[in-house]
Amino acid sequence: MNQYFHSIRIDTEKCDGRMKCMRVCPTQAIRIRNGKAFLIEEKCIDCGECITACPHDAIVPLTDPFGELTKFRHTVAIPSPALYAQFGREILPEKILSGIKILGFDDAFDLALTCGEVSFATQEYLREYRGPKPLISNACPTVVRLIQVKYPELIDQIIPIELPRELAAREIKKKKSKQLKLKEKEIGTFYLTPCPVKMISIKQPAEKGKSFLDGAISISDIYGPLLSAMEGIEKGSYRKALENICILGVGWAMVGGICRTLRLKNSLAVSGLTEILKVFDDIERGKLRNIDFVEAYSCTQGCVGGSLTVENVYISYNKILKLIETLEFEQIKACPDIREVRKLYSQKYFFIKGKFEPRPLKPLDKDLAKAIKKRKEKELINESLPKIDCGACGAPTCLTFAEDVVKGEAKLTDCIFNLPQRFKEPSQDFSELFNKYSFRSQTKSSPKKQAKKEGQ
Amino acid sequence: MMSNENELSHRFEIKGGDFSNAGRISTGIKEILQEIGIDSSIIVRTAIASYEAEMNVVMYAHRAVLTLNVTPEKLHLKLEDEGPGIENVDLAMKEGFSTATDEMREMGFGAGMGLPNIKKNADKFEISSIPGKGTSIDITICLDKTEEK
Repeated sequence: MNQYFHSIRIDTEKCDGRMKCMRVCPTQAIRIRNGKAFLIEEKCIDCGECITACPHDAIVPLTDPFGELTKFRHTVAIPSPALYAQFGREILPEKILSGIKILGFDDAFDLALTCGEVSFATQEYLREYRGPKPLISNACPTVVRLIQVKYPELIDQIIPIELPRELAAREIKKKKSKQLKLKEKEIGTFYLTPCPVKMISIKQPAEKGKSFLDGAISISDIYGPLLSAMEGIEKGSYRKALENICILGVGWAMVGGICRTLRLKNSLAVSGLTEILKVFDDIERGKLRNIDFVEAYSCTQGCVGGSLTVENVYISYNKILKLIETLEFEQIKACPDIREVRKLYSQKYFFIKGKFEPRPLKPLDKDLAKAIKKRKEKELINESLPKIDCGACGAPTCLTFAEDVVKGEAKLTDCIFNLPQRFKEPSQDFSELFNKYSFRSQTKSSPKKQAKKEGQ
Repeated sequence: MMSNENELSHRFEIKGGDFSNAGRISTGIKEILQEIGIDSSIIVRTAIASYEAEMNVVMYAHRAVLTLNVTPEKLHLKLEDEGPGIENVDLAMKEGFSTATDEMREMGFGAGMGLPNIKKNADKFEISSIPGKGTSIDITICLDKTEEK
């Protein structure tokens, strides 16, 4: 019944309400209610920060289990280029793709080539675009959701070109169904994902269309089995394997990769949500009108920093960077044919089906006069709070608590600094407890005495 | 005067030369407007106007007070600064006119678009200045054009 599908689930059995998730959430979407984390769905943009922060693995990413494969007659794995950065430098994409097939997929598809096509298509779009600038990459679904929720007026600046994984799945289904004489739905396409947000972009695409992918499997789930599967593969020629790598596509794994491989002069690359907020604020003020293109990823350093990856983010970032440098140095251009891409582009092959729509947060009240009144009350309540953001009330900051109160979602007495009011007329039980525990240093009783007392 | 309960008002102080905090106020204003559910196109206009006003103070004036007033009918921004004032207001309103220094231009400011940009985004715009004392700008953005009582 939820309006929004989210890529995370809170396991209330495991959750012990330690507030780590609540404190890291960049959109203040988590509260602690009755000692357990609680997600405010409309505020969540699926960045996955809470998954990493939870010390008890109580926030679970909703990726697909491996068993899903049996539902299809033919299965194809489509790994994110970030997977190529998870292993040692001598393990190139060719070997990784072979390893995936050993794991049980009927085929493994090199997404880098499609990413390359989309890079070219992006270039075409940048060339002919005449609206307000800069354009913003749609590669990171969290960034798209952030714009929908917090920067609705920037929505037309999101590039409306289909994501490589979607294009790849669409074309694979078409081709394979002909080749193998199967129905399209009998072919399962699975994305090997570096982060949980890709899962929602499959279950509930931001532009409200339908995804061509059938599921997403976490890179961290597949890492161990894949590593051992690759042990048996004979070492081929390094040089030959190198020649098959599309430099444009590999760039998609890291922040700045698209700008760099396309050699875009007037572009910015930014990663990490707090940094993105700064850049988007500047875009909104019209300060970056002279920039053509912004590549933004919610995870630090881009997809290699996804919460479902295994390798240290800086090591994997560096691996991709070195790979790009090597390909540049060796002048290897295993890229799609740009003339072919231009032809497809003019046939609207690359564009998304739907349209990105804003998803602004609910205001304090639908009626403006009432909303103004509530906003004033919120201000007043906030003034009365200690503003130390202790979190004991279950809200991440005093300000969000004040908001929850005027929305009727929290009581003023939930704030421990308002506690005395709650006990204006304390019960006798409480008075006893109060006397017992308020002067601990003087009544430090031995365990024996305590046992005696309890026995009374 | 009855400070009516349908009116939201906020007062912000801006310091001249404080480049590191520039933009905070327009962000704050934007957040307030989002919370009370103002239409996003109006938020953009207000954000741009308040940012340009804020930048004008940071670049040229000593200090200023910016007041935001919102009622269900209209949004009102009033900026009063203490500073050198503007010698020729008509000239300053021309697009492209600027007295910015090279350093300011290097930072991307001083294109002479500030005041015209504020005016462009307002439904009503008033400016007055006393050279040597300061400038005051008054802008109004209508919120409810359809519902006339």
